[in-house]
Amino acid sequence: MALKIVKGSIDRMFDKNLQDLVRGIRNHKEDEAKYISTCIDEIKQELKQDNIAVKANAVCKLTYLQMLGYDVSWAAFNIVEVMSSSKFTYKRIGYLAASQCFHESTDVIMLTTNQIRKDLSSPNQYDTGVALTGLSCFVTPDLARDLANDIMTLMSHTKPYIRKKAVLIMYKVFLKYPESLRPAFPRLKEKLEDPDPGVQSAAVNVICELARRNPKNYLSLAPLFFKLMTSSTNNWVLIKIIKLFGALTPLEPRLGKKLIEPLTNLIHSTSAMSLLYECVNTVYIDVNTPPLPSLSLSLCLYLSLPPQLCVQKLRILIEDSDQNLKYLGLLAMSKILKTHPKSVQSHKDLILQCLDDKDESIRLRALDLLYGMVSKKNLMEIVKKLMLHVDKAEGTTYRDELLTKIIDICSQSNYQYITNFEWYISILVELTRLEGTRHGHLIASQMLDVAIRVKAIRGFAVAQMATLLDNAHLLTGNMQRMGICEVLYAAAWICGEFSEHLENPMQTLEAMLRPKVATLPGHIQAVYVQNAAKLFATVLKSQEGNTDSTAAQETSQLMIDRLPLFVQSANLEVQERASCILQLVKYIQKLQQKDVEVAEEVSALFAGELNPVAPKAQKKVPVPEGLDLDSWINEPPSESESEDEQPKAIFAKEEPKHSRPRREEVDEKELAKRREARKQEQANNPFYIKASPSSQKVYQEAPGVEHIPVVQIDLSVPLKVPGLPMSDQYVKLEEERRQKERAEKKKKEKKKRKEKRSGRGKKHDSGPESEEDITPAHQVDIVTEEMPEKSSKHKKKKQKKEKEEKEKKKKKKHHHHHHHSDGGGEEAVQNGTVEEEEPLLTSLKNKSSTYQVVVSVIFENKCDSFLKSMEFNVLDSLNSKLQRPEGSGPHDGLTVPFQLPPGVSNEARFVFTVQSIIMPQKLKGTLTFIVKDSSTHEKLDFKLHFTCTSYLITTPCYSDAFAKLLESGDLKCSSVRLEGVNMPFHHLLARICFHHHFSVVERIDSCASMYSRSIQGHHVCLLVKVTVSIDAKCDEPTLLGNVLDEIKQTFSQC
Amino acid sequence: MQFMLLFSRQGKLRLQKWYVPLCDKEKKKITRELVQTVLARKPKMCSFLEWRDLKIVYKRYASLYFCCAIEDQDNELITLEIIHRYVELLDKYFGSVCELDIIFNFEKAYFILDEFLLGGEAQETSKKNVLKAIEQADLLQEVTQECQTPPFTMKMNI
Repeated sequence: MALKIVKGSIDRMFDKNLQDLVRGIRNHKEDEAKYISTCIDEIKQELKQDNIAVKANAVCKLTYLQMLGYDVSWAAFNIVEVMSSSKFTYKRIGYLAASQCFHESTDVIMLTTNQIRKDLSSPNQYDTGVALTGLSCFVTPDLARDLANDIMTLMSHTKPYIRKKAVLIMYKVFLKYPESLRPAFPRLKEKLEDPDPGVQSAAVNVICELARRNPKNYLSLAPLFFKLMTSSTNNWVLIKIIKLFGALTPLEPRLGKKLIEPLTNLIHSTSAMSLLYECVNTVYIDVNTPPLPSLSLSLCLYLSLPPQLCVQKLRILIEDSDQNLKYLGLLAMSKILKTHPKSVQSHKDLILQCLDDKDESIRLRALDLLYGMVSKKNLMEIVKKLMLHVDKAEGTTYRDELLTKIIDICSQSNYQYITNFEWYISILVELTRLEGTRHGHLIASQMLDVAIRVKAIRGFAVAQMATLLDNAHLLTGNMQRMGICEVLYAAAWICGEFSEHLENPMQTLEAMLRPKVATLPGHIQAVYVQNAAKLFATVLKSQEGNTDSTAAQETSQLMIDRLPLFVQSANLEVQERASCILQLVKYIQKLQQKDVEVAEEVSALFAGELNPVAPKAQKKVPVPEGLDLDSWINEPPSESESEDEQPKAIFAKEEPKHSRPRREEVDEKELAKRREARKQEQANNPFYIKASPSSQKVYQEAPGVEHIPVVQIDLSVPLKVPGLPMSDQYVKLEEERRQKERAEKKKKEKKKRKEKRSGRGKKHDSGPESEEDITPAHQVDIVTEEMPEKSSKHKKKKQKKEKEEKEKKKKKKHHHHHHHSDGGGEEAVQNGTVEEEEPLLTSLKNKSSTYQVVVSVIFENKCDSFLKSMEFNVLDSLNSKLQRPEGSGPHDGLTVPFQLPPGVSNEARFVFTVQSIIMPQKLKGTLTFIVKDSSTHEKLDFKLHFTCTSYLITTPCYSDAFAKLLESGDLKCSSVRLEGVNMPFHHLLARICFHHHFSVVERIDSCASMYSRSIQGHHVCLLVKVTVSIDAKCDEPTLLGNVLDEIKQTFSQC
Repeated sequence: MQFMLLFSRQGKLRLQKWYVPLCDKEKKKITRELVQTVLARKPKMCSFLEWRDLKIVYKRYASLYFCCAIEDQDNELITLEIIHRYVELLDKYFGSVCELDIIFNFEKAYFILDEFLLGGEAQETSKKNVLKAIEQADLLQEVTQECQTPPFTMKMNI
């Protein structure tokens, strides 16, 4: 029976090898996923067997599936098993699978070190070869460190086959473990003169790559390479050497002189295009372009080869029938253009020819080149050529590209190359005839720009525009051309504004009032209506000069007849303008009927000329003496009136300063978490207007966080505070913010200090909100000098990121402190498995009556051993409970989702639910872990403090509201005296702000009022006096008592 | 060289070799994007394109696209040469290679590639040497395979 089972399974395991799998997949095109999942199940079975042949077959199949995009990371260990087979067949498969599937974070890689070492020293060169090949794909810093010596030995192996592989892989090792470079370098250098050309070329490769990263260290090798360059005939090697010299020459211009001869020889003699291209590209171009612009000139001098030679050679490339060479030639040409525009310009004809190429990427390259090649002389010619291409170009994308290029070329550096603007206007008009372009807007803005800025051209422009308006139906004929109707906007405006140049204004007026106009987009209609009025004024003026007054009256009648069409427009702008003008014309008609001359007055409506303003004009206006934009003109009003003018600029100005340190504080993972939390919150927030996805991206990538919408942040706060109706909260918060902004103004002199600190303060008031949701308004108030013990937890994390030397020292101190206060942890510390944990209250989340507290704990392994299987457990209290996954008992620990190599720290987050916040909490907990070397379970005790302060949110409050609050009589009173505190008063305040999340409401000489609010909405008010006594009021006496105790403790420790 | 991809005209990946460590997700994303971009190009277009901050060099042989990503300073033409060499090697090894050869013997295709390129650099410019190395390794494989009991004998033993 048992035999049967064995037999059956052996039957099965061999009935599907790789070929069968591939065939199977091809035969199951419809239900591929399903078929593969059954295959994976089979593979899992096969992997469970002991027979290595079966396993290898399974791993081979997995490698194939991995390529198809299936996740096979679960089989990593099996791959290692197959790698360690003694049979080359399987080893080869194992290493292949590893090189395809492993990456730096694959944890089983750690297990492979010894196996790989064994394979490297195998007597069989193919074992070694396979190991080296595999290693080149998945080498990690650890592997590199551990195996560097072995590989270095292999560089002197007897077999060139191994030597060349070893040399090449050394490069990867250097990248992962740079310390290995110094000891290995002499041997690497030796290999440059290895008798085997393969090894030699490998060594050149490696040194060239190294030199590209840091050329300075390789200058001494220049003579050696020079010799190689003149003697080698291997193009692969030559290319690398030339690349190397490309990197070296900028550092040692004398090299250039020596290189002229061999390079010129190469350029003239080689038949290999790749080598020629390399010579031209690297030596002439890459070297000549920045980052070393100053040197590039000298290099050119030293090389003293005319760029013409290089351009000539490129010309050969471009003239070649091979698309690839053409493309590369153009690419290189555009690089030369930057330094030697003259020599490229003479090849204009050739570049223009490329516009006819059937390959779009070549045409686009040529277009790019043309942009830089135009001059006053050839502009019209080039554009003419381009216009021809526009006509015959197929595909709107390319045509649009051409169109923008034409405009770019013409308008570059303020129309520098345009000598005849009439020509340009007609080009623009021609461009409007393009079918289906999306760039109507671009053309329109060019028309406006030219007409406004070039006075002499106006007469011509107006004539052209009038024709356009007259033929508007051609532009708007079909829907496809809607993009182009933008030009009508420009046309209408130009005709109206410069109507004195019109030959036949009446005709244009008529054209602008056609019923068809009503089909245009609203903003264009609006311009039509407005400019029709301008034209009307001009027409009247000319007609009133005549003796016959009927003509003028007819014109008015025309307006009155046509305008109602626009009065009915759905577009508000159109409607408004039309009805306004209609009434005006009706009034004019009345006057005309009384034979009153009105033309003068009507034209006066539109008198005056618009002048273009230079972009820098504002700078030339001197700032009036004594102008202080920051000072108040009046006493700051207490009402909400200045809401709109209240300069948001305060935020904009200050934000970047905050944002910088802040960016560094958060690592990617954390950011993602927070983002998730914030999204959640925003989804729940009915007042939050969702941002477009792109804006979020910007926030994520750019360090400038100044665009964090302030309003959004404030809106999200009310949800956190239960018990008050939403809208009230909103209004209140708005008021508070405004008040806060005023307060900031007042406290200008404090600002500098605040800014220094605000980056750090930020974290703290993050308290109950998810951390992104911090308004800058919140943190500015926080002034702090140093941290007391409790905050050391918070601090540690930040310091790590900020990497400030000085603070690091402090951190140490705080650690100590922490331990003393925590007491229990020390025994474990002395055991040698030193480990740190730092609870950090990061976010509180309201869930009806219970609150969620997220605690970040940083685990730092200070010992020399590897720690794993960490479990975090806390003894729950009635009030605070650790949230455990469903199904686990109340005393189960939570597994920490990572292991800690020596000296590494990592952060884990734990969620607690808290019911009452009026009492501080201390939770006892233990952390168990296994020290890898001894495999024993170790234990570390700790305590988690949930202070009352941590439930407070820094909430700004303004003095009126504060006074009302105190008067209301709802608050209980308490007071405390701080003994033995002798620090400046503002320091004292700063500390309270920082550590206890208060904000200063008002400060009058010797006393200051402060305010904060708990996450449950308790108000906490303080009156701090210089005599260091604190009078406090709060609607929850227990909370108040505890907060005061905590404040007292803070100051007793300093 | 950063990576090399082989894919069919239908966009099916046939071989992938990464010389830079990337996570699977990123690899998939890059592959998808690149396959789309390259397949969208017209047949007469040149073999190079700029993509992100890399240069892509690709060439089509029959129904297969060979596609390499190189850094800004690398030489496009030599990369084309590398692709061509690889195709020649495959051709020599399989004897007028076709797409099916690579599909069904994909591990061989990898072995050849690994003998030719190492860590993204050409390690052996001589075709003869590469083929010799592969043949010898194959020989070794066959020897070991003979030493081990072939499947059907095992069955019979039982």
